Amino acid sequence: MNAVIAIIRRDLLLAMRRKSEVLTALFFFIIVVSLFPLGIGPESTLLKKIAPGILWVAALLATMLGLARLFAPDHADGTLEQMVLAPAPLGLLVTGKIIAHWISTGLPLVLLAPVLGLQFDLEADALGILVVALLLGTPLLSLIGAIGAALTLGVRGGGVLLSLLVLPLYVPALIFGAGAVEAHISGLGAGGHLSLLAALLALAVFFAPWATTAALRIALE
Amino acid sequence: MLTATGLSCVRGERCLFTELDLAVGPGEWLHVQGENGTGKTSLLRILAGLSPPAAGEIRWNGEPTRTLAEDFRKELLFLGHHGAVKEELTPFENLSLAAQLDGTALDETAALTALARFGLRGREDLAVRFLSAGQKRRVLLARLAVRKATLWILDEPFTALDVKAVDMLSGLIVEHVKNGGIAILTSHQTIPLPNGKILKVGA
Repeated sequence: MNAVIAIIRRDLLLAMRRKSEVLTALFFFIIVVSLFPLGIGPESTLLKKIAPGILWVAALLATMLGLARLFAPDHADGTLEQMVLAPAPLGLLVTGKIIAHWISTGLPLVLLAPVLGLQFDLEADALGILVVALLLGTPLLSLIGAIGAALTLGVRGGGVLLSLLVLPLYVPALIFGAGAVEAHISGLGAGGHLSLLAALLALAVFFAPWATTAALRIALE
Repeated sequence: MLTATGLSCVRGERCLFTELDLAVGPGEWLHVQGENGTGKTSLLRILAGLSPPAAGEIRWNGEPTRTLAEDFRKELLFLGHHGAVKEELTPFENLSLAAQLDGTALDETAALTALARFGLRGREDLAVRFLSAGQKRRVLLARLAVRKATLWILDEPFTALDVKAVDMLSGLIVEHVKNGGIAILTSHQTIPLPNGKILKVGA
């Protein structure tokens, strides 16, 4: 357990020292989301309708931006070898890395989303649902993304391959995440969508670290 | 006691070595020699458990390392070609985080003493990317001084070190072996350490 905390601390410390990487994803999210109301114009019914989808797609792409760098620096400088040879199981250490990735990229998106949602004239309760959906959805994006990042580790042109591999897997999160807010606005209630999103997250928490570990071992051989 | 029997290594289409046997006991060290590309690094990675051998078995005190897993990794310290040193962190942070990853808490004085021993006094709080290649290597070697492990597997530990650092490292290895430890290392230099065995790969 101490080793997991050490990994999280180390990765967050590195994220603090390499601020540009974290900020790039964050500004990407802010700019993409802000461009839509400017381009479409002040038509509040249309904006309200497209808001959840746009926020979710932007969050998805922002998460993708830093994904290739999740394991690549560790692979390049030999830290990954040391992680494999550490006494603690690799699966736990990988989980630590995924948690750190979520804290540095997913969590800021969740916190910013309600502010950006105001541009789309979303009601306060819709914003609340959006935050809950993102809170369940962004860890899912980090978990699934880690599998892709590990599979494409050390592959030339891995960035493109990573998008091709991971984006289709993000589709369920996108459908249920954006769907939750839309369902709430149309008065159907977001409970069903959120439950499915939580179920997907529970499934990913169990299987993603395991799959990522297997992929990392193959990459190191 | 580390023993390996009938090891073979295949990289891509090429077979690097077959039927390789070795045994190193407490208080001994093994110098793995061979030309570039004969499979020295591959052998060390196989021994450390980073890649599986194409054939053969590795045993630690009579038990296969595959089944020992964590118990074997606790006894092992592996330093590879790459530094495993984070450029953005300071030498002190690198050392203490590596120790925490090993599951041992490192107190500040021990870490600072180890860094001072390798001539990094006054540079503890400087990010590693500002250090020279040799100094980066020294940060890595400071781990040898703080990590308690029986088996050291070192890949080209003398690379990029100056004469003084080579002496310090040799001293560290001699001390380790004298205390009943085991060291396996590759190097193109001749190493003036007592009690050594030589293994030629690809000869």
